[in-house]
Amino acid sequence: MDSGVSVVTLPRETAVLAGSPMSYWRTVAWRLARDPATVVAGTLLVLIVLSAVLAPWIAPHDPNAGSIRLRLAPVGAPPHVLGTDEQGRDMLSRLLWGGRMTLIAGLTPVVVAFLLGTALGVVAGYAGGLTNMLVMRTMDIFYAFPAVLLAIAISGSLGPGLFNTLISLSIVFVPRVVRVAESATVQVKGLEYVAAARASGAGVTQILRHHLLANILGPILVFSSTQVSLSIILAAGLSFLGLGVTPPAAEWGLMLNTLRQSIYVNAVVPALPGLAIFLTSMAFNLLSDGLRDAMELRG
Amino acid sequence: MTPAPSRTPLLEVRGLRKHFPLRGGLLQRTYAWVRAVDDVSFDVYPAETLGIVGESGCGKSTLARLVLRLVEPDAGTIRFGGEDVRGATRARMKQLRRDMQLVFQDPYASLNPRLTIEDAVAFSLLVHGTPRGAARQRARAMLGRVGLDPRLYGRRYPHELSGGQRQRVNIARALVLDPKLLVLDEPVSALDKSVQAQVLNLLQELKAERALTYVFISHDLNVIEYVSGRVVVMYLGQVVESGTADALADAPKHPYTQALFAAAPTMDPDRRIERPPLAGDPPNAIDPPSGCRFRTRCAFAMPHCAGAPPRLSSVGADHDVACYLYEAHAAVEAVTR
Repeated sequence: MDSGVSVVTLPRETAVLAGSPMSYWRTVAWRLARDPATVVAGTLLVLIVLSAVLAPWIAPHDPNAGSIRLRLAPVGAPPHVLGTDEQGRDMLSRLLWGGRMTLIAGLTPVVVAFLLGTALGVVAGYAGGLTNMLVMRTMDIFYAFPAVLLAIAISGSLGPGLFNTLISLSIVFVPRVVRVAESATVQVKGLEYVAAARASGAGVTQILRHHLLANILGPILVFSSTQVSLSIILAAGLSFLGLGVTPPAAEWGLMLNTLRQSIYVNAVVPALPGLAIFLTSMAFNLLSDGLRDAMELRG
Repeated sequence: MTPAPSRTPLLEVRGLRKHFPLRGGLLQRTYAWVRAVDDVSFDVYPAETLGIVGESGCGKSTLARLVLRLVEPDAGTIRFGGEDVRGATRARMKQLRRDMQLVFQDPYASLNPRLTIEDAVAFSLLVHGTPRGAARQRARAMLGRVGLDPRLYGRRYPHELSGGQRQRVNIARALVLDPKLLVLDEPVSALDKSVQAQVLNLLQELKAERALTYVFISHDLNVIEYVSGRVVVMYLGQVVESGTADALADAPKHPYTQALFAAAPTMDPDRRIERPPLAGDPPNAIDPPSGCRFRTRCAFAMPHCAGAPPRLSSVGADHDVACYLYEAHAAVEAVTR
């Protein structure tokens, strides 16, 4: 925390004593910055995202250029820092490029589910009655299937490909977010400050904007962030089964699948994409845990 | 009820009714009704405080929400300043809401945890089109009036305030719109005794200062006696007795009112009189007793109490009671009048 941003990083206790407490989100940011696990996970995530974004520029080799003579080179064998895969393609380059695919396939469905699920959940929760029943029972139908099975079924019927993976994973995650959003909406809707807003003559949009969304977005955001790691694993899983990203494109799950048969030749190289998946989903989990703790209002 | 002749009521409630359906089962069919408020009528005159008293679950809070149209009544009329509130259009209703405000019971649930108290108070003004700067200015002035220094507290969040302070914010939020009528739904029952007194005194000051009219709902007879001019006693969604606070305290007529006063702790030794004690819980509002709803707990219950429900009838100046013990008295009075 350098002194240039002392207003932002002013400790909460000091701010309260000074009579002008920080805004809620500023407090959350300050708490996040103080939690070691969050800082480590956040730094790791920034590195992973950066390396994925910058893959075209920082990847040392063409991720799809193989060599029949240099197959399954061990880690550290020059010029391949992390070795090569079963077709002699540079592992580091493929991991960097694969991160792009995996992150897109993991994050997009959760973002779609966050937006669509919040909208549906708030409408169902606030309207109540028949609307609520129609929306929620429809969601229950999707919710009744195990996530993996549902993703496989939808992807299987749509066919492989990145776009279809995104659709099928979005369908998996929307109902989960709807449920969280709906129950949060119903709970907040019954509180007296919403009744007070109605008593002051506020319309539905004003109540939703100022009173409802402000109080439910936090929990929905935390819940959604816990789903990112699952989404990454599911996306990788679909690719592993041949239902997601198609070869020769690099994607961590797909790499894990194709390298699986080489595990007795070289055990370290096939483990690398698995390690990448593990680190990324772990980082997202730790980050969402930190977010949940930081958003606790009192403490 | 016999209204004082020369005055016109600010709020007139006639035959107000709200039954909540209880649904269940696969098809969400209604299998029972909770008779929360059943045929309630009363008048509130300008600048008075009408107390509404009754046990928990007797429909007091529902009544407050019905009067303000936060819950739509099933039947009955509400007239505010002579205007039919239930017939008001959406736009007219928004204007009417400026004149009738509500202070809630729970100081914790009634403030948005994400808004500073300044913004919470200013919100009502923003809703009615006051520019942001002016709204904030008036909100800060109002906070100052209820005893919260806006420079110290304006930017605080509700969780940084005590229960009493939060209730002051609630009062400020209701009053910032300059209402004529304030409905107070158990405004002090969640507070400590010492804080109760402070808030009650603040309410009395504000009432005098702004020529407010109060409908004060409480289960606490001491509080009701302290603030109210006239009192309405409710039992299981119905009015059983109404009259001036003094008349009710000195000579309660309905056996329920008598039992309530007997049960209330008092500091006055002369008031510690043995009266029929009130045993048991009130019956369920889902399936209330026939006839007089109090008969199952009444020491004076007669066979015909189970028949037609007793009507409110006059037993004195501005004093009505719904009980068969006083029917004869009412009949005599009707003849001699």
